[in-house]
Amino acid sequence: MQAPPAPIVARPEDRFLTAFELNEGHTLNGSNARLHGLRKQAIARFRELGFPPPRTEAWKYTNITRVLQHEYRLNLLPVETRLTPDDLAPYRIPGLDAHTVVLVNGRFAAGLSDIGHLPDGAVVTGFARASETHEDLVNRHFGAYAGDEQDPFTALNTAFTLDGLFVYVPKGTRLRRPIHLINLIQAEEDLFLQPRLLVVAEPGSQVQLIQTDASRTAVPTFTNGVTEVFVGTGAHVRHYLVQDAGEAASAVNTLSVYQEGGSTFTAATTTLSGATVRNNVYVLPNGEHCESNLYGLFLGKNRMHVDNHTMMDHARPHCVSNELYKGILDDASTGVFNGKVLVRQDAQQINAYQSNKSIVLSDAAQMYSKPELEIYADDVRCSHGATSGQLDEEAMFYLRARGIPPKEARAMLLIAFARDVLDTIELDVLRTYLDERLDARFHS
Amino acid sequence: MALLDIKNLHARVEETGMNILKGVNLTINPGEVHAIMGPNGSGKSTLASVLAGREDYEVTEGEVLYKGQDLLEMEPDERAREGVFLAFQYPVALPGVSMSNFLKQAVNSMREHRGLDELSAGDFLKLMREKAQLVHLDPSFLRRAVNEGFSGGEKKRNEIFQMAMLDPTLAILDETDSGLDIDALRIVADGVNKMRAPDRAFLVITHYQRLLDYIVPDIVHVMVDGRIVKSGDKTLALELEEKGYDWIREETVAA
Repeated sequence: MQAPPAPIVARPEDRFLTAFELNEGHTLNGSNARLHGLRKQAIARFRELGFPPPRTEAWKYTNITRVLQHEYRLNLLPVETRLTPDDLAPYRIPGLDAHTVVLVNGRFAAGLSDIGHLPDGAVVTGFARASETHEDLVNRHFGAYAGDEQDPFTALNTAFTLDGLFVYVPKGTRLRRPIHLINLIQAEEDLFLQPRLLVVAEPGSQVQLIQTDASRTAVPTFTNGVTEVFVGTGAHVRHYLVQDAGEAASAVNTLSVYQEGGSTFTAATTTLSGATVRNNVYVLPNGEHCESNLYGLFLGKNRMHVDNHTMMDHARPHCVSNELYKGILDDASTGVFNGKVLVRQDAQQINAYQSNKSIVLSDAAQMYSKPELEIYADDVRCSHGATSGQLDEEAMFYLRARGIPPKEARAMLLIAFARDVLDTIELDVLRTYLDERLDARFHS
Repeated sequence: MALLDIKNLHARVEETGMNILKGVNLTINPGEVHAIMGPNGSGKSTLASVLAGREDYEVTEGEVLYKGQDLLEMEPDERAREGVFLAFQYPVALPGVSMSNFLKQAVNSMREHRGLDELSAGDFLKLMREKAQLVHLDPSFLRRAVNEGFSGGEKKRNEIFQMAMLDPTLAILDETDSGLDIDALRIVADGVNKMRAPDRAFLVITHYQRLLDYIVPDIVHVMVDGRIVKSGDKTLALELEEKGYDWIREETVAA
């Protein structure tokens, strides 16, 4: 009797490598030779790196390989969306006056977007469209800031980049209204999506981008998103990300930021829902007198897993960075914060602050916090702190002693805990919107 | 009917099992001001905590009737909505919770319980301004987080301000005088005196007699080792100030 044939276990990497081979030169041709060249380099890099094995230090608490075992489908061909602007109502932010851009399954949906009037020379459009209309700009910046030497997810995204968002703000121009990107998943299949965002803020310019990640499906999806941001000399860029794609949506989001001297960059990420969510934030202030602010608020429920991974690379002197990440973990959810601050040898006079605080509400919920400071300069001020605890019982009693019922009291304290992160959001309508979302969440 | 009737109350610390209250009897009628004095560790603050419903203590014997109802059966927030107010010895700082939001929630919880509509924003602001004046608090503090960065005096004045906002039937003041200078003490006492009313009673817990110069009690009780061992009129407080607590102890032991 013959032994049954051993099952063929395909590594998840192979599916992507095969898809690349099949589509290269067709769907993945790219509009120009540079893009094509970058794709080929990136797939080679991905082949070499593979997905991070479970014991990789940077992925110690997030078993992404397990998530990637699922056979997601790559959709390389555009699908006509049947959505109408009315369908977007749940994802809009009340009272927000913005240039609205809609991506459906990672592709620019011109018919759903309402970009409106922009200052002279400013561009807000789909990435694919921009690589034709603004070829020089895209060529100059695409792939310049998101390094793939160590990062298979960035390499994979670059190899498969089809569409996404492109923002260009010319020198000295201030976008008065924020850009609101509604990044929507609409799927009947288990899609693997790879949107690409490129934001170029020329010297002295100013722009705010709000990104809402949402989904209209309950089937499992995986988004491998990459955002590259160039912040020119003295420019100000804010990136607000609201992650709320539901319990079946996993994501690895990589935000790579390059700052020139005297510039300010702020990222504030609020994670409201998701399956397994990993946020990588890499910031390189490559000039003096930069300010970098990284803020995060994550609310875990059910079996959600949220991992915030930051890398503050202080390569130049006289810069400031602030990091504040706060988590509230309920049910069997897991939170991870891994924040690295690197101060290179010549980067004197750096002020770098990092703080991670969490409230763990149930016995089954977990929080892992791993601050890392690596300092090679001698004249620097760095501090970091991580705490994790339960709801303050003394505070609960104080509120109840004033007649406030326990549920209400608990909601008040949790919102209060999140307050200092929410207060970093300078856009009033967005802060109010998030306040209300939290309020509804903690009262449910 | 008595407003509060404490009968043979025994309580211990939940965690350690240590007995603190060993048979307290106390009856308070509407409109009365009672003071409880006693040395450190006698159980004064424990009594306040048990009445307010703090979960660190376990009642092992006895009963407490409030307006004829079993007070110990009620949750802490229910007690507050029924008109029991505790001015904390150590008010808790609540970073991220503004005074105005805190009070709005508290006042509206009370009003809902009494079948009243929520106060309009305008009426609420008016009420806060009026009551803040009672204890000389600058209205700007309403925008601050509850007790965060407040001085000792501000915290205690804030407790009395909250009491005025919530309009209780039974107010328990737990060492509200501790840590106050004379000026602050006067302000706090004035606030309390302005709230004295025929349908409201006070239980003032203090270590020192000086508060009772300003809040003149109807009845003074002395608590020693978990029991009320002596009761009298306001002159008892002066006697304690003069002689200390030891003569009471001796008297108790002798008896």
